[in-house]
Amino acid sequence: MKLRELAHSRTGDKGNTVNISVIAYDEKHYPWLERHITAAVVKNHFGDLVKGEVIRYQLPNIGALNFVLKDALAGGVTRSLALDAHGKTFSSAMMALEIPPPPGSAA
Amino acid sequence: MTLRIGSGAGYSGDRIEPAVELAQSGRLDYLAFECLAERTIAIDQQKRLKNPEEGYDPLLEARMRAVLPICLEKGVRIITNMGAANPLSALAKVAAICREMGLGPVRLAAVTGDEVLDQVRQQDLILEETGQPTSALGSRLVSANAYLGAAPMVDALRQGAQVVITGRVADPALFLAPMIHHFGWGMDDWARLGQGTIIGHLLECAGQITGGYFADPGYKDVAGLARLGFPLAEVEPDGSAVITKVDGSGGSITLATCKEQMLYELHDPAAYLTPDVTADFSGVRFTDLGADRVGVAGGTGRAKPPTLKVCVGYVDSYIGEGQIGYAGPGALDRARLGAEIVRERLALTGVRHSELRVDYIGLDSLHGPGLARPAAEPYEVRLRVAGRTETPAEAERIGNEVETLYTNGPAAGGGVTKGVRQVLAMASAYLPREAVRPELHIKEVSR
Repeated sequence: MKLRELAHSRTGDKGNTVNISVIAYDEKHYPWLERHITAAVVKNHFGDLVKGEVIRYQLPNIGALNFVLKDALAGGVTRSLALDAHGKTFSSAMMALEIPPPPGSAA
Repeated sequence: MTLRIGSGAGYSGDRIEPAVELAQSGRLDYLAFECLAERTIAIDQQKRLKNPEEGYDPLLEARMRAVLPICLEKGVRIITNMGAANPLSALAKVAAICREMGLGPVRLAAVTGDEVLDQVRQQDLILEETGQPTSALGSRLVSANAYLGAAPMVDALRQGAQVVITGRVADPALFLAPMIHHFGWGMDDWARLGQGTIIGHLLECAGQITGGYFADPGYKDVAGLARLGFPLAEVEPDGSAVITKVDGSGGSITLATCKEQMLYELHDPAAYLTPDVTADFSGVRFTDLGADRVGVAGGTGRAKPPTLKVCVGYVDSYIGEGQIGYAGPGALDRARLGAEIVRERLALTGVRHSELRVDYIGLDSLHGPGLARPAAEPYEVRLRVAGRTETPAEAERIGNEVETLYTNGPAAGGGVTKGVRQVLAMASAYLPREAVRPELHIKEVSR
């Protein structure tokens, strides 16, 4: 299933780095997200778009993960030739990530 | 003893009516406006270099005319970074508006000292992004502003200022300052400063916590986005707070909107660096209190960092851009042919560029071909060519070569747009706190 079915997301930017949150709609799915959405999965999903490393922070207090993607904005918000220089649309790419359906869900 | 702080703007060009609504019906003690993105101050500095009276937020006058009479009548104090590159001119402007509208007596304040061009030049700081010293920028260096903390704004409030105008300050500090002033928190009460910082962080983007930038039909539905209400916090002396908005305004405040905004522009949740505190959001808890009310507690913090971050603005390059649309059968092939022609033309005519980017809007312009994986050819596609040049003349040539596809390129291209812009790039550097001296300026407007 697409991650969009279990979680929502927002992107923020700083220089040439973006952060993308992954927030479980239902906190009971947080452990499933934590298990399946590793930094390596995200790095692989974004492919060429992200040149640098991906760091994952866990926030069980709010049932969310926070991914920091470095060297991801084609030189940075203020220099980039990209249409979406801020990477504001990146959260939508995250929502397209395919993940296994959690146990008990109608997949 | 509850303190009510409203958020009147999430960026420089934000809507004004929601701020008026908050001032009118929010029963506020304070209304803060965060209007200064990273690059805004460099753009404003360029305006100031052309005209020494300019360089403050372009909407300062419209915002103040809209909210000042209400705020002064109701005793709501205003805090804003709309001073941008010229807080003193902004102060004079607001004083003139008060006089003209007959709003006196009123005490206004401006905070300066964030501008640190001299210090940056003297110390020849190394830029974090490029690894180069600022001296390497030569005359391309435009601006350097340190992020100030809450202290000078707290001073202004202690001296009775009803309007406080700053340049570059940390965004959450605009909201933290009234908490420190009102509750008498110590400037080393890291736990409370950390909790106050999460409240400021939640409020600083205004509509982004009341359902703005959130809606996704069928998944996250939000009613009334055209009349989106802006948020306010009801803060208790221990720093715990409720995020809410004016009854009847559009949008909604839920656990989900609060969580999204908490993680917005956040890196390590346990180390959110500000000039006032190293805030720790890793233990933040939200409580759904129903009816657009969410409780927030559990933020804390540690000692503030020893240095202040400085935003350095410089003229980096020019970007020239052109777009043209194609539709129907073969649209994408014609767009690709158009791109090839533009590349060849730029080489043939000797247009120097250090970077050239080709996008197919409608296909993969936002995330690139890897993520887009289109299933079928789109009905229409828009070719965009953008390139980086040293001079505006060369940048202009890029858009022109897209335009000449009209009569010289593939069949049936339409809707050309083109443009040139100067790239004001931003980089970061760090200054020891001692090198930065905030200054407070008080101005009285009599009746």
